[in-house]
Amino acid sequence: MMGEEFVALSLPPMVIGTCAAVACALPGNFLLLRRQALIGDAISHVVLPGIVAAFLVTGVIAALPMMLGAGVAALVAVALIEVIRRLGKIEPGAAMGVVFTAMFAGGVLLLEQSDTSDVHLDVQHALYGNLESLIWLDAFGWSSLFEWEALKGLPPELPRMLATMLFVSAFTWVFWRPLKISSFDEGFARTVGLPTGALGLSLVIVAAIAAVAAFDAVGSIIVIAMFICPPAAARLMTNRLEVQVAWSVVFAVISAVLGYVLAGYGPLWLGFDDAVSAAGMIATVSGVILGLAAVFGPHRAPVGAAAEG
Amino acid sequence: MALKLARESGHPQPQADQSHSPMAIRGLTVSYGEKPAIFSVDMTVEPGAMTAIIGPNGAGKSTLLKAALGVVKPLSGNVTCWGAPLGKMRARIAYMPQRASVDWDFPTRVIDVVLMGMQRELGLLGRVRTKHLERAVSCLSRVGMEGFADRQIGQLSGGQQQRVFLARALAQEADLYLLDEPFAGVDAATEKAIIAVLKDLKAKGKTVVAVHHDLSTVRDYFDRVFLINTHKVAEGPVESSFTEETLQSAYGGRLANLPKGAVG
Repeated sequence: MMGEEFVALSLPPMVIGTCAAVACALPGNFLLLRRQALIGDAISHVVLPGIVAAFLVTGVIAALPMMLGAGVAALVAVALIEVIRRLGKIEPGAAMGVVFTAMFAGGVLLLEQSDTSDVHLDVQHALYGNLESLIWLDAFGWSSLFEWEALKGLPPELPRMLATMLFVSAFTWVFWRPLKISSFDEGFARTVGLPTGALGLSLVIVAAIAAVAAFDAVGSIIVIAMFICPPAAARLMTNRLEVQVAWSVVFAVISAVLGYVLAGYGPLWLGFDDAVSAAGMIATVSGVILGLAAVFGPHRAPVGAAAEG
Repeated sequence: MALKLARESGHPQPQADQSHSPMAIRGLTVSYGEKPAIFSVDMTVEPGAMTAIIGPNGAGKSTLLKAALGVVKPLSGNVTCWGAPLGKMRARIAYMPQRASVDWDFPTRVIDVVLMGMQRELGLLGRVRTKHLERAVSCLSRVGMEGFADRQIGQLSGGQQQRVFLARALAQEADLYLLDEPFAGVDAATEKAIIAVLKDLKAKGKTVVAVHHDLSTVRDYFDRVFLINTHKVAEGPVESSFTEETLQSAYGGRLANLPKGAVG
């Protein structure tokens, strides 16, 4: 593989995929421990109609209107769930399932009806993004990383995803202890004066920001997979939260890089002509990692069985 | 003013001086559904004493503690601590929830749980330093768990988990300790260790309030009782308030199942 070709064609999608994976995996750790893992799934379904509506209103794909549209969609979802639960008298889980899938389906219909042919917004992209097309035509080898003129030609998704990852990391670092205490023992957290309600809401909002930012570049498959698979696999590697979060980042990076390489070159090695979807492969790799951790992870034993002596 | 008078006249025997009480609860009502879990409960915690909160299952014992601390939101009522609003006095109050209220599979070690008791002094970004670790270990040794600092909490027995929770409460270095069922489902060794710690706290002038189930040990362990069955039934020293009469009105017909000799 030529350095020049790699920097222009493969490096940007790899970096974007990695940033998206890490940005989703970090809040995923806490969502998993709070038994809210499916919130990531829910967010990525619910925001689709919001994003499409934002595009229809503004006519452009830009971060702010997309965020606003996604936020409005999330509020509508919460209200709908409550209404269905009260009026239909069905259990909350079923109410959520209905609302999430219905809103996602509504988003798909909305997408099909609108003219989005000149932008990367259609049903396929909603599912698996457009990672392969995020190329850097201004790059002429590794030295371009240090040339301002060339850097200006980077796909805009890259700085956006990088900033999102840094923001999510900063949130996790600053609120580490409050998040940990309130995830473990919410009642106690309240008695030491921690605003547990605001913390829980912030966590969901941060997860939503990561999901919406990643959605555009990598699609909802990666978002859903990265919220759950790396943290779940990491939990099987250790009994300490600090180490678990570190493992989840490692697994997210491995999924993104290995998934991208396998999607691009795997079929060629096997004698096929075409590459497969990078997003699909990245999510698949994260699932395989979870499978391996479930079989070989050192702390996969159920609680109690591990107690010895 | 008229309202205030009316409220006071509703309580013909006002407690002597609420401003010295570590916790004075007035008219606390909590409801989870249609029926109230506790209804208009008054309680004045005696400083320096050990008080048992007693009542049948579902009487609202835990709810009383949780509502007093703002863990659950009461419908009405107010709580003052040493004469000041609860929010200003949180640093002086330690709370130990029921063991079953948390997920012991959580990826954390014993020492990390004890360090959670120091959250207020550590703040948002304060680093855990050697002095904090040493204090956490000394709290663990007070409950006989110093050898377990690096264990994952899920690997402990129920009694050991309870002692870790107590160590976390000790790490809060409070003046008032509110404990929810500290003796529930623990082995005899743990019960002994816990009561020794509580008596030691009392000897140091601290105030202890515990939800308690075992009527046969009330006289040995506690100075005062607070009987509740949604409404307050009785409150006072064990000798005068822990009687067959008060128990009968708290437990009703279920008193027949009580161990013999529980009440003198």
